[in-house]
Amino acid sequence: MFRRLPDIAGDRVSFTIDGRPAEARSGDSVAAALLANGVAACRNTPVSGAARGPYCMMGVCFDCLVTIDGTGNRQGCQVRVAPGMAVETQDGKREAGR
Amino acid sequence: MSDRAMSAPDFDLAVIGSGPAGLAAAALAAGRGLSTVLLDEQPEAGGQIYRAITDTPVRDRRVLGPDYWHGAELLGPLRDSGAAHWPGSTVWSVARPREDRPGDRRLQIGLSRDGAARMLSVRHVLMATGALERPFPIPGWTLPGVLGAGAAQILLKTSGLVPSGRVVLAGTGPLLWLLAWQYLRAGAALDAILDTTPRANWRAALPLLPAFLRSPYLGKGAKLLLEVRRKVKVVDGVTELRAEGEGKLAAVVYRRGDGAEQRIAADTLLLHHGVVPNLNLANATGCAQQWDETQRCWRPTTDSWGATSVEGVSLAGDGAGIGGALAAEQAGRIAALDVLHRLGRIDRAARDRAAVPHREALERALRGRQFLDTLYRPADVFRAPADDTIVCRCEEITAGAVREAVRLGCSGPNQAKSFLRCGMGPCQGRLCGPTVTEVIAAERGVSPAEVGYYRLRPPVKPITLAELAALPKTEADIDAVLKH
Repeated sequence: MFRRLPDIAGDRVSFTIDGRPAEARSGDSVAAALLANGVAACRNTPVSGAARGPYCMMGVCFDCLVTIDGTGNRQGCQVRVAPGMAVETQDGKREAGR
Repeated sequence: MSDRAMSAPDFDLAVIGSGPAGLAAAALAAGRGLSTVLLDEQPEAGGQIYRAITDTPVRDRRVLGPDYWHGAELLGPLRDSGAAHWPGSTVWSVARPREDRPGDRRLQIGLSRDGAARMLSVRHVLMATGALERPFPIPGWTLPGVLGAGAAQILLKTSGLVPSGRVVLAGTGPLLWLLAWQYLRAGAALDAILDTTPRANWRAALPLLPAFLRSPYLGKGAKLLLEVRRKVKVVDGVTELRAEGEGKLAAVVYRRGDGAEQRIAADTLLLHHGVVPNLNLANATGCAQQWDETQRCWRPTTDSWGATSVEGVSLAGDGAGIGGALAAEQAGRIAALDVLHRLGRIDRAARDRAAVPHREALERALRGRQFLDTLYRPADVFRAPADDTIVCRCEEITAGAVREAVRLGCSGPNQAKSFLRCGMGPCQGRLCGPTVTEVIAAERGVSPAEVGYYRLRPPVKPITLAELAALPKTEADIDAVLKH
């Protein structure tokens, strides 16, 4: 789990995780926002169904794949969280059409 | 399209990556008159070492420390140089000049920006793709709650986030200690540091100590290490390590030497075994690469100016071999001077003269590097782990499966792809390549140099068909598809 240091700059940003309201700071990536909200696991793998969460935070491991505003397989660590953004954890492969 | 338009590039030089090497190279090249574009995947300049240098929310400058804030000094020269800066640009291919058009020496860069793909033509490409954390495969490293120490440091720099609950750091290398020190400064508590530095490494590193005594890193490093050791429980000589939990991390299990197994309850485990060159783009562009025995990694082959085996492609910084941020900055300037020479802006003598102060600074920055490489070389068991350990995270392939494939006749990482699909997931071997090389080499009893590495192909980052289809097409493009 991760917590925010006191005396941190940045505006609060409201978004949702699987439909539940959540809060992040401007400048957070989606992956950072998930970790700050206690969500360590953001998907199940298509191979075995095992839970995975952000691992590298720099766009190389592809373990933080989530659905963002209806588009699947987005790299959570490479997308900045935005007000009103709908983030969904992903079950297995990207769904067809998403 | 006329011949004249065909030969006019969009830019003289594209620098790919805006860490220390890329920032310094782009500023120097543009400052001396080359039309230069600096491309980077991240939303802001800085690379990973100076990540969020323009907008970190961490206000207390003592937390990240003076070495981090040095990065800010590279931004002014870039701004003043007139280089175009395109953050948020993911480069997915660099294509060499077409052999059927000898008069056209342009390289074509494929990139995505704001969800749209486009091609850029340039006369020279300078890759400054930096490093990524060496894979640290242990049983359970795929569990949520287990992250790279570098990843945790990015969370601190970009978002002011520190781990809460029970936190364990494990591994070896300078970054592990730096992160612990930054956490202490930030007031974050650590339950334990499990140090995996093999005791035998000290014996091997000792003869290299004199050079390290003249390293600019020595004083700072020693102070930092002592402070961390005074304040955190450090377990030395860890020889076995695994993460346990159902669906998320619950405990870290370790062994010291031949001792009994120990178990610590943990919410977060941060792993680190040093960094290796991020070579995917260079490899996919066709640059020759070589096995570096001291650093135990593959690196693209470069000359003393950063030129690769591919004409028009240079490489600077950790992407060409690990030297650290200060060395990368100088290597970027040296490579940029060579590009100026190659593109006819300065003669050879002027290039050599201008490079002298940068070569001196580079030599200072690299002093003692061999000592660090030798001391912090991860143990064999962590580079080629036990059979039950997942090595390819994407396809969930274990070390045991790789060894079984070797017994069936698989001779190297490229064959392993067709045997097992390892290295064929979205990370394109970034998280398994070094391990698969080491496992196969050890199983065959030959050098990693002999078993080789994945042959990578563009696109080096996933791109949607919709993005590709939206590429503007010229007659020449349509021609190329119809005739080849």
